[in-house]
Amino acid sequence: MRHLLRSPAGIAGTLLVTLMVILAIVGPPIWGAEAERIDSTAILQGVSAAHPLGTDNLGRDILARVLVAGRLSLALALLATLIGAGAGVVLGALPSVLPRRAARLVTGTVNALVAFPGLLLAMFTAVIAGLGARGAVLGIGAAVAPGFARLTQTLAASVAGADYVSAARMLGVSRWRVMSRHVLPNIAEPLILNLTQALGGALLGLAGMSFLGLGVQPPSFDWGRLLFDGFSRIYATPAVALGPAAAVALAGIGFNLLGDVLARAAARGSAPEAKATGRAVPDTGGIGEPDPDAVLEVRDLTVTFPGGVTPVRGLSLTVAPGEIVGLVGESGSGKSLTASAIGGLVPYPGEVSAGRLRLCGADLGELPETERRRLLGTSLAMVFQDPMASLNPALRVGGQLAEVAIVHQGASRTEAGNRAVDRLEHVRVPEPGRRARQHPHELSGGMRQRAVIAMGLMGEPRLIIADEPTTALDVTVQREILRLLRQVTDETGAATLFISHDIAVVGELCHRVVVMYAGRVVEELPVEELVSGAAHPYTRALVASLPDMETDRSLPLASIPGRQPSPAEVGGGCAFAARCELATARCAELPPLISYGTAHRVACWEA
Amino acid sequence: MIIKNLTVRFGAFTAVDDVTLEIPPGSIVGLVGESGSGKSTLARAVSGLVPYTGAVEGGDPRRIQMVFQDPSTSLDPRMTVGASVAEGLRLPRTARGPEVERLLSLVSLPAELAGRYPRELSGGQRQRVAIARALGARPELLIADEITSALDVSVQGSVLNLVRSLRAEFGLSMLFISHNLAVVRYVSDVVAVMHEGRLVETGPTEEVVGAPKEGYTRSLLEAVPRLGRG
Ligand SMILES: Nc1ncnc2c1ncn2[C@@H]1O[C@H](COP(=O)(O)OP(=O)(O)OP(=O)(O)O)[C@@H](O)[C@H]1O
Ligand code: SF4
Ligand SMILES: [Mg+2]
Repeated sequence: MRHLLRSPAGIAGTLLVTLMVILAIVGPPIWGAEAERIDSTAILQGVSAAHPLGTDNLGRDILARVLVAGRLSLALALLATLIGAGAGVVLGALPSVLPRRAARLVTGTVNALVAFPGLLLAMFTAVIAGLGARGAVLGIGAAVAPGFARLTQTLAASVAGADYVSAARMLGVSRWRVMSRHVLPNIAEPLILNLTQALGGALLGLAGMSFLGLGVQPPSFDWGRLLFDGFSRIYATPAVALGPAAAVALAGIGFNLLGDVLARAAARGSAPEAKATGRAVPDTGGIGEPDPDAVLEVRDLTVTFPGGVTPVRGLSLTVAPGEIVGLVGESGSGKSLTASAIGGLVPYPGEVSAGRLRLCGADLGELPETERRRLLGTSLAMVFQDPMASLNPALRVGGQLAEVAIVHQGASRTEAGNRAVDRLEHVRVPEPGRRARQHPHELSGGMRQRAVIAMGLMGEPRLIIADEPTTALDVTVQREILRLLRQVTDETGAATLFISHDIAVVGELCHRVVVMYAGRVVEELPVEELVSGAAHPYTRALVASLPDMETDRSLPLASIPGRQPSPAEVGGGCAFAARCELATARCAELPPLISYGTAHRVACWEA
Repeated sequence: MIIKNLTVRFGAFTAVDDVTLEIPPGSIVGLVGESGSGKSTLARAVSGLVPYTGAVEGGDPRRIQMVFQDPSTSLDPRMTVGASVAEGLRLPRTARGPEVERLLSLVSLPAELAGRYPRELSGGQRQRVAIARALGARPELLIADEITSALDVSVQGSVLNLVRSLRAEFGLSMLFISHNLAVVRYVSDVVAVMHEGRLVETGPTEEVVGAPKEGYTRSLLEAVPRLGRG
């Protein structure tokens, strides 16, 4: 909600819409009587102190009538939007549940309707349905519906391709149930956002209908009707027409602004502004001096969720320029949350605290909000496992990349567009110009991941955080993406924090390996020492349990017994103790991460 | 179950080209191959998610289940773990809770995860939920498409052990797809190697891995990633 009030458009939209809602509620009870009071001594008056907008042909006060008409105008617009949206969603959803031939017919009809001018459609329907409010509402509903149908179709198509829909179909879940349980809930958000905008449109449309005499008929009156009544006098007393006109305009603008801002906020929901709670608490005691050369320096990073859940516990990490550091660890060890905390993306209600969190020499905890966002937006590139999580399926690839430059660097649309194509070329996307004009679903998985990397390169990143960027990809594509990451690191001099559960991949790509277990760093070592020089029992077990071509097939696979404690279960001692062969009584106490030879640190009492 | 002369075309492109492969009851057939070789398309065709020509014989097509490669997209983000796992159960409402619990414990997940949403789980936990969901439909054939590629080594071992013990328990036949030859070698009785839509070599695991006949199989064997190779 807070981001609504951050831009002037958001503030204006929220304000206008709130005003309109209040007006609709309190208007008729307060001014209702006055709006209806016929005064034969004050017919067709102009502006006066008693009647700021003049009076109509029965001597009724026009200002009161405008204020009262708000409720009907808004109610009709709401009704028309709901009818249109309802019909549109049904039309848009039908192709997913109907047999193929019928589906094609519906899709064709929707396409034809979308191409048809909305106002004509509205008037046509209104004339058939009969003059008056009902006809106008149905007419506007009909004009709104095709847009919703098209939106629903597009959104539904993207969800229908998701694996969870395939899984449901294989489990024998019916098409209708798939639609109601899986598809609709997952597309509801953008549809609801669109409602707000459609409401603004419907309001204007209805006013237009009433103004043309196709809408509300006396004795009822809405803003359009008041406009219609006042219009013949516009040259003599402009106020009588300008009053209702202003009301319509303000309401229309309000809903459009609000809808626009909501839609943008949702589209950017995952951009580095999602920082919800928590702020680095500067506490420089006992963590040494800041390292001036480090691209990233993290000291005592802790991430907590309510209920004593602490997935990241006092983690420290330093990354030098040009270095590729691998962060490995079991599922749930806190790798991704560490990345999120660095990027300020820990979801609500997570709390982040850090003794120090420095990026490119600037302390993220001390920077003012706007500068912090700018620094993160330009110096940090994030690449996630699922490229679709970073790409909006409804927008073209090039446009999404350009958006980054427009928001963070204030580039013009053309500049940004050109840079997007240039960046796509840089990450070796073939035919970058054509690809930029395509939607994400038209790209292969590997190509999408390249596009996400290109998005990170729209700024001039000093640090690339790649969280399992190849896990969803095939081996050969994985190899290409890894090579690309290494090239990008070499060419830009940026550092890379590469997060992976796959110790073999990390062993091939990285210079240095940081091993995490249950929210803590247990070992930090140069990659050359991984195979034979690891000192922590967990690291050693990980390396040993890699299945290879000589593993005995008649025996159960070597795996570390037990499981990693969940973030709520981690106790005060060594978190690995329950699974460790070397554990002794001392391990009930937390082993500190201490130096073990050069460039090698380990947290184990028995190392 | 036998896959007979199965072909999948996307427009002019032939993704799977005349594949014939037998999956004997109670055995695990491993399918290896590179990106784009058609492994996943073959899996989707056998699962009935992609139209194909040819036939899948010797079993009830409705009792084929698939576990997908990417657990972050194979669970509906708006559904709890329990609701997802219960989706394939044909049981009275009251019996579902205990069955969900049993399925979760089969994949070594605590019962209290049932009330959580996928976003609250780690990747490995999600994949085990997806396996539990597939097992709930009591499949005759389980297709596992790269199910361990998102898991940790320490968990991978137990999931692979789990896969083998499930086969023994349910008499489950399985088509196990992976790019990781070491993993395929470990779980499979038969290995099939796929290249550009065709099966280039099929045979008992020890033979294919120990004495490959095809050059392509040999090159795959050489590409097995080895720690510290770089
Ligand atoms: N929003 C949340 N609310 C509560 N717990 C959470 C939340 N997000 C993550 N966790 C918990 O925090 C722990 C660490 O999660 P994280 O995603 O960082 O693990 P990871 O190391 O990236 O694992 P993986 O390799 O599976 O991706 C997990 O136990 C997870 O269940
Ligand atoms: S501190 Fe103790 S329990 Fe922990 S890894 Fe070392 S020996 Fe094992
Ligand atoms: Mg993760």
